[in-house]
Amino acid sequence: MALTPDDIARIAQLARLELDATQGARVLAQMNQFFGIVEQMRAVDTQGIEPLAHPVAVLGDIALRLREDRVSEPDARSANQRSAPAVERGLFLVPKVIE
Amino acid sequence: MPSPAMTDTSTTATHPTTLQGALHDATVYELAAALRAKQVSALELAQHFLARAEQHADLGAFVAVDPDITLAQARASDARIAQGQAGALEGVPLAHKDIFVTRDFVTTAGSRMLRNYRSPFDATVVQRLAESGMVTLGKLNCDEFAMGSSNENSAIPSVGQTQPGPVRNPWERSRVPGGSSGGSAVAVAARLAPAATGTDTGGSIRQPAAFCGVTGIKPTYGRASRYGMVAFASSLDQAGPMARDARDCALLLSALCGPDPDRDSTSLDLPKEDFSRALNAPLSGLRIGLPKEFFGDGLASNVRAAIDLALQQFQALGATLVPISLPRTELAIPVYYIIAPAEASSNLSRFDGVKFGHRAPHYGDLADMYKKTRTQGFGEEVKRRILIGTYVLSHGYYDAYYLQAQKIRRLIAQDFQQAFTQCDVIAGPVAPTVAWKLGDKSDDPVANYLADIFTLPASLAGLPGMSLPVGFSPAAADLGLPIGLQLIGNYFQEARLLGAAHQFQLATDHHRAKPAGF
Amino acid sequence: MASTPSATLLVGGYEVVIGFETHTQLSTQSKIFSRAATAFGAEPNTQACAVDLALPGTLPVMNRGAVERAIRFGLAVGAHIAASSVFARKNYFYPDLPKGYQISQYEIPVVQGGAVEFFLGEEKKTVRLVRAHLEEDAGKSLHEDFVGQSGIDLNRAGTPLLEIVTEPDMRSSAEAVAYARELHKIVTWIGICDGNMQEGSFRCDANVSVRKPGAALGTRREIKNLNSFKFMQQAIDYEVRWQIEQLEDGHAIEQATVLFDPDSGTTRAMRTKEDAADYRYFPDPDLPPLCIAEDWIAQVRDSMTELPRNMAARFARDYGLGEYDASLLTQSLALAAYFEATARACGQAKLACNWITGELARRMNTHNLEADQLPLPPSVLAALVARIAEGVISHSAARQLFDTLWQDAQVDGKASMDAARARVDALIEASGLRQMNDSAALQTLVDEVIAANAHNVAEFRSGKDKAFNALVGQIMKASKGKANPQQVNELLRKRLDA
Repeated sequence: MALTPDDIARIAQLARLELDATQGARVLAQMNQFFGIVEQMRAVDTQGIEPLAHPVAVLGDIALRLREDRVSEPDARSANQRSAPAVERGLFLVPKVIE
Repeated sequence: MPSPAMTDTSTTATHPTTLQGALHDATVYELAAALRAKQVSALELAQHFLARAEQHADLGAFVAVDPDITLAQARASDARIAQGQAGALEGVPLAHKDIFVTRDFVTTAGSRMLRNYRSPFDATVVQRLAESGMVTLGKLNCDEFAMGSSNENSAIPSVGQTQPGPVRNPWERSRVPGGSSGGSAVAVAARLAPAATGTDTGGSIRQPAAFCGVTGIKPTYGRASRYGMVAFASSLDQAGPMARDARDCALLLSALCGPDPDRDSTSLDLPKEDFSRALNAPLSGLRIGLPKEFFGDGLASNVRAAIDLALQQFQALGATLVPISLPRTELAIPVYYIIAPAEASSNLSRFDGVKFGHRAPHYGDLADMYKKTRTQGFGEEVKRRILIGTYVLSHGYYDAYYLQAQKIRRLIAQDFQQAFTQCDVIAGPVAPTVAWKLGDKSDDPVANYLADIFTLPASLAGLPGMSLPVGFSPAAADLGLPIGLQLIGNYFQEARLLGAAHQFQLATDHHRAKPAGF
Repeated sequence: MASTPSATLLVGGYEVVIGFETHTQLSTQSKIFSRAATAFGAEPNTQACAVDLALPGTLPVMNRGAVERAIRFGLAVGAHIAASSVFARKNYFYPDLPKGYQISQYEIPVVQGGAVEFFLGEEKKTVRLVRAHLEEDAGKSLHEDFVGQSGIDLNRAGTPLLEIVTEPDMRSSAEAVAYARELHKIVTWIGICDGNMQEGSFRCDANVSVRKPGAALGTRREIKNLNSFKFMQQAIDYEVRWQIEQLEDGHAIEQATVLFDPDSGTTRAMRTKEDAADYRYFPDPDLPPLCIAEDWIAQVRDSMTELPRNMAARFARDYGLGEYDASLLTQSLALAAYFEATARACGQAKLACNWITGELARRMNTHNLEADQLPLPPSVLAALVARIAEGVISHSAARQLFDTLWQDAQVDGKASMDAARARVDALIEASGLRQMNDSAALQTLVDEVIAANAHNVAEFRSGKDKAFNALVGQIMKASKGKANPQQVNELLRKRLDA
């Protein structure tokens, strides 16, 4: 299951990463090497096996915990925004969003 | 406070309230007692260790220190001790892997993306250790976003440096300390801190502990809250302590574990435990399972020799060795390296330059801002894993890769359950070799992945696992490098693991060895 | 599902196929995965806590109130409520999406199936639901005030949403709007959503396609974020005409997401997001499966007020009303309560129904009033209706009285029946509109008018029925409108047949 440069370009775009030609080629080679190892995994018969999302669920079902519907987070805007790259009047600024 | 064990034959702590030797040679257990006995003050300890960190800055362990903060914490501890309000670990210093967010120190996660990031809240683990009275010495270097096995992937200059550089193994500076909790292992091994927090996703506590000759434990998945840990792989990440012996690890684990239902939905609803309770349980009758897949040709002979000797020692202490099989051990590599990058690729999507962290200084439109920000902010290994993860989740590949991997994961967990019907704990190497030379594997990511083979299975199954130092390599090329033994327990069996390790450490002294010059 | 489309529904020879996805903001205090407040209108980012901002290390914790509201909805539409459902991450990049993924539900939603019934004119319709699932809302981008930039407000990020998805069962824009109105009623009736469309509490996406009758489904385009019923109809109508025009010109329809521009009345494709199709869904590892036990569902069921369609069925059965009328009366809890109070007080359910769905409804529309804001309490309407039933006043007289009662709004909204009757009777006397029921007096009038209108009598006798009404008119005029019309009719007929 070899990847092509097009695959790399597509997933780089999905991940919002830029790779120049050299980087792209290197990543392609590394990923193909990696997926060579992965192929043995694909051949394993997993018919009837449920995926294991929470590791300890192999012991028994883990259910989602629910909390009471109560507000307990006060306005902490300045603390929360102290590492923000661009803020004006409390809003995070970004290049114009065109719909 | 645990009373001295009757079987305790350690030479530096015959009378726990008397510190012998240098302050930095004392364990957490000894320091806690000495502080309570007012034999030493928190302030004195803090100053001592801050000076040590500065003295040995060339190791690259710390990425952030702030003496004002540390000393203020120390003074507050001393005040509490004076008022008789001391917590269990009051005044004992420790340092945090820079994966845990802290209000008082920057949190970088080893990444340019978070170079100057200040969190408005503390990680639950940080909070809990602070509540037990511990004093924060600073933040420790790590592989970027916890991705790596050598701490060569950090993009953040360590304290005293202007450029990012390697974190160095104190046993041999030209060697890697292991990763991703390299800074944590180095700080403990070089006596820059009596203890440190680490995180373990695929072996990131156990492996650096082994490479640096310290003790570290990853608890059962869900024991320690993940709230405030910069997320790498959500279904695998766990926090854990690194210290110089099992007794210390038990103290720290007791303080940092516990349910966090209000903040972490994957945290298990188990009551707080005292993990020191079985330290003195005798080893007689303990069945130690040895997976044949862990002792194959890939294991270096120097590692094999040390492990064999350690196992003999366990037998001498009363344990029996049982051959077992974990047939899908090799599959753990592709399974882990599908699941972890997949989850990471999604967890790292929040780093987009909008709300916090790095934003590219120059960009055109929004799409350009995203791309430049993320391309500049992430290092090569992180990008590689994001790409792998994005690919295996993408349309048409999800079933064949991610879903398949999660199914095999269940089979791997079932293999362990099967094995635990024949044994009480599982033992084996932590890594196939001792620490390699800096730069040796940095161009070969897949070689790095393959070296994780022994630690990945327990991570996938969510089982508790620890590493304890059991010897040093005698081989000419690798003279004097630490070798670690891995112990894997069934779910919730941390106390048993720590007990077995403690009994071993009472009978041996590898854990007390110190790199020259420290 | 649809049978042969009625020819009257075709547009330009094409059948219209519509499915809806509606995002309803659930009326919880706190967000779905964090403890920040959900109240509308706060200063930017003052209701966006660390979890909402996706700060490093933050994790989601599920709000019970959101789940409870999903259960309520499932019960209200007769759906299956999953014993175990899974949260999944929908991955894409957008500034109002702080984590770079939305926590939603993909393969296994909490509510499955169900249906919404409503009337379109007098025709009963059923729209099947595919599912309803829980997810989090995104933040908002503001474009005014910033040159070349947008300001992101994440207050709304994390507000709980229930996304309700229909099968493509609708065949006209009118039907789609009727469905949306009914759904709006349901979610506000059961108290899971405040229904405030201007504030974005109830947002519809319409999936629209056209096809020649009998052909396979056409390619659909999705009109996003319709938050007014008026715009919904306009937008769909425009889109349908646009698609037909395209097809007639020989162009294929390309799948697209479009926005409706109310100013121009047109729909326009949004910028294509090339990777819009690849959301890389996978189960969220931060959230174990949501388990809902039977006894929780039973508890919720027991705590719910009577559902609108059950109440409508009860009205039809117990009060002898038609289905359509019963559905009109159950437009809102308040209106239904008003009707029942009136009907019980005067014992004249049908008459009360006519007045409420007629005269009262007109005024509610004109003045934009809800049923709990009326100046006329049920007891007063009941008293009026009782007098009509007793023949004390005629219908037309009653309408005049109603007018006066409406204008003369009294503060005492809970007037007792005695007080109400007293007030109505006083008004009847003062207005002089008391119906003339005295047969002797009426007989005199009838005879007088017959005597004075020999021409009409002759016409009637020669077979012209219209002449009868003319005579009735004369009698009513002579009595200044007070004569009891039924009695007049009877007496006149008897006289003329003699």
